[in-house]
Amino acid sequence: MSGGWIAFAVLFWLTAWAFNEWLVRRKPDSAAAQRAIGMVVPLLFGVALLVLWEGLTRGFAVPEVLLPAPSVIWAQIASSVPTLWEDFQQTFMKSVLIGYAIGCSVGLVTAIAIDRSPFLKRGLLPIGSFVSALPLVGIAPIMVMWFGFDWHSKAAVVVVMTFFPMLVNTVAGLGAASAMERDLMHTYAANYWQSLFKLRLPAAWPFIFNALKINSTLALIGAIVAEFFGTPIVGMGFRISAAIGRLNVDMVWAEIAVAAVAGSAFYGLIALIEKRVTFWHPSVRGGRAG
Amino acid sequence: MATTALTPVARRSAGQGRIVPVATMVLVIMVIWYGFTVYLNARWQFQVFDRAGEDWTLWQFVAGTFSQDRPVLPAPHQVIVELWNSTVMQDVTSRRSLFYHAWITLSATLLGFVMGTVLGIALAVLIIHNRAVDRSLMPWLIASQTIPILAIAPMVVVVLASIGLTGLVPKSLISTYLSFFPVVVGMVKGFRSPDALQMDLMRTYNASRGEVFAKLRWPSAIPYLFTSMKVGVAASLVGAIVGELPTGAAGGLGSRLLAGSYYGQTTQIWAALFMAAALSATLIFAIGAVEKRVLKRTGVQP
Repeated sequence: MSGGWIAFAVLFWLTAWAFNEWLVRRKPDSAAAQRAIGMVVPLLFGVALLVLWEGLTRGFAVPEVLLPAPSVIWAQIASSVPTLWEDFQQTFMKSVLIGYAIGCSVGLVTAIAIDRSPFLKRGLLPIGSFVSALPLVGIAPIMVMWFGFDWHSKAAVVVVMTFFPMLVNTVAGLGAASAMERDLMHTYAANYWQSLFKLRLPAAWPFIFNALKINSTLALIGAIVAEFFGTPIVGMGFRISAAIGRLNVDMVWAEIAVAAVAGSAFYGLIALIEKRVTFWHPSVRGGRAG
Repeated sequence: MATTALTPVARRSAGQGRIVPVATMVLVIMVIWYGFTVYLNARWQFQVFDRAGEDWTLWQFVAGTFSQDRPVLPAPHQVIVELWNSTVMQDVTSRRSLFYHAWITLSATLLGFVMGTVLGIALAVLIIHNRAVDRSLMPWLIASQTIPILAIAPMVVVVLASIGLTGLVPKSLISTYLSFFPVVVGMVKGFRSPDALQMDLMRTYNASRGEVFAKLRWPSAIPYLFTSMKVGVAASLVGAIVGELPTGAAGGLGSRLLAGSYYGQTTQIWAALFMAAALSATLIFAIGAVEKRVLKRTGVQP
């Protein structure tokens, strides 16, 4: 029985792989077919990976504490939707989204403000890029002490973590418009705000979106890790640490699955908006978003 | 004439460089910090004076907020004193020494970083040599980074401990996971950076795949390697620190953070944070120094 599972999983994996090898060698004429192949190949790989995971955990009877099979995790998700939804609301809707919005907008405004002064720029930029390389999640215990156990402290951690990447990227982006384009705005007698809104901010969008994408992951990490330092009895981070304490690994994986879907969807949404906003950028026009 | 007129200006702006503005900003931040110290610690200080029932002057009040035992926000000098006491004044092998904890974190970081870099380079080599790997693996690699993997770091540690794997390895695995991604992305870019002309030249030499890799792709990927290693080592340190959170007693900067938060030792938290910052800066600086030497030797940078 167990041997059957392993053999099936490995066989499925090999078949999928061979099929992928065959697929990537096709050179279809139509763009639609090409795009379809581009979608199918990674999807098939993902499915094969899940089957391999399922087969190996069953075949080798891996203890569930170590690594539960995907079907077990799915059963856990299906049976605890209300709990997961509550945690998702607490962590994602409150801490992550609010912190993300505040951190990113404050970073953007600060960047525009210090951009007017070369002195401030030279002084703050090295500090900003230094700070964004630091293990900033470490401030989580301090924020929990200051702002209490509820979502406010988590949002504060997210604000601090998202602020610096936004600041550094926006300042770099505001310098992206070339001297020629600036001169053109000057000959049009554009004032500071006109040239900011019509030239420099649009030119900075790719950089700003880069920061938004980096921050989408950082925000989720910050909120979940901050919950390890104290929470009300709801939230993804709380559930994870509580479930670990009872070695209830299925629940941990269920939360991780939710976090993974939420994180990927958040990232994907921003990437989609980026494509719409920066349609003129070479990386988008070339058919592949950077 | 024009050049001589320009030179002093250029020299002045170069001489000013970043030091003056950065120093000014650090000073401004310090002043703001002290301001906040007074503001945030004020409530406790009022209570202290109330209990003592004495009159107090403004100076006594400010001095009081700067010297509390468990301040809401410790003043910078308190953090520096704490750093000094827990580094220079302690025996390096003592559990009270911050160097001891930093070393635990550093060893996990370095092990994880080395494994992550090796794994990253290996994956990049696979990706550039096999289209199927490229098309099927790359999207999942990118998706894997949108997963807040750091959130399960404590679980990895606890679960591995339940099968008897403790100490350095679990923490390093988290560091590995966080640091391999920048290396993969950077190295794929780097291995693909030789242009068509150079590749054609290799072909006219009848070079094998291995030779193209060793003599063209690898050397042109070196600058990319260092850039991504800088990102990777910072991520690796974060991974090690978060991985230490559940191992409370075992030591490391992460456990110092956790212990500080349990016992309300804010100064200890800040000292650990500063130590982590210094560690991160040192690692990035060290890679930068190696980068400079290597690039000079390979002739990429004059």
